[in-house]
Amino acid sequence: MTRIGVVVFPGSNCEYDAVAGVSQLGAQAELVWHSQTDLSAFDGIILPGGFAHGDYLRPGALARFSPVMEAVARFAAEGGPVLGICNGFQVLTEAGLLPGALQKNRGLTFLCQPTTVIVTSTHSVLTSGAILGQELVIPINHFSGAFTCDDATLKTLEDNGQVVLRYKDNPNGSRDDIAGVANLAGNVVGLMPHPERAMSTLLGSADGRVLLASFVTANVPAA
Amino acid sequence: MKFSLIVDVSLREGIADPEGATIERALPALGFTGVTNVHAGKSFRLDVEAPDEAAALAKATALAERLLSNPVIENATARLGQRS
Repeated sequence: MTRIGVVVFPGSNCEYDAVAGVSQLGAQAELVWHSQTDLSAFDGIILPGGFAHGDYLRPGALARFSPVMEAVARFAAEGGPVLGICNGFQVLTEAGLLPGALQKNRGLTFLCQPTTVIVTSTHSVLTSGAILGQELVIPINHFSGAFTCDDATLKTLEDNGQVVLRYKDNPNGSRDDIAGVANLAGNVVGLMPHPERAMSTLLGSADGRVLLASFVTANVPAA
Repeated sequence: MKFSLIVDVSLREGIADPEGATIERALPALGFTGVTNVHAGKSFRLDVEAPDEAAALAKATALAERLLSNPVIENATARLGQRS
């Protein structure tokens, strides 16, 4: 059985949703306090949403120095699947494990709404089970979700198929409608939408399942 | 010696500044016309123990680049300043 570690920073608040989400898909999930430095028990790591360390300074700016992050960096360097959702995405960019940065939303509005995202690359542990061009309805819930990067980085991301999800109707001013990106190897992925909140049609959408199911099986196809 | 420093953090050229843009748009409604090029940033005041001014500024610059700013989108500069 796939063992998923869900990192808990002081201020994380989506860790139980993440545990519930991957558990529904047959994985065994366990919370990992941010002071832990040994992740060898896990097949995959999720950095969940929330407000790690109060989002002081910048979202993710302090969380990236939590002891667990060195272990996450090693885990990622060894090819282990790492997923950052919302605040977890912000932490991964601050830590330099993913390119770019997340800025305050265009219009300075906190956004909490369903969004439609389009799968633009299947070369990642999050999208390997999805279909290119597939549209998924997944909620967002953030204030600093506008993805930004310089021109050279954007070109690299596009050339390498590292943009894995794009918004159909850009809600937050993200550059090039980017909702999720992967590293070059495809084993580290971050996205602002919350797939763990789209696990059941009864609660609005089950479109997050295909993403988390990909992550749980962690199959990275060749580019 | 102890040096009182100010670290200014601003968005890099070409990075969208939604705060600056919102402030700029609000100004005419308050009767402030002719104000353009508004940019939002942050400043930090700190006291740094160091043998001389250059060393204090170097230390502040280093910590600003490591923690106070995100070099992907922000510039940071350290300068001498009086604590108000």
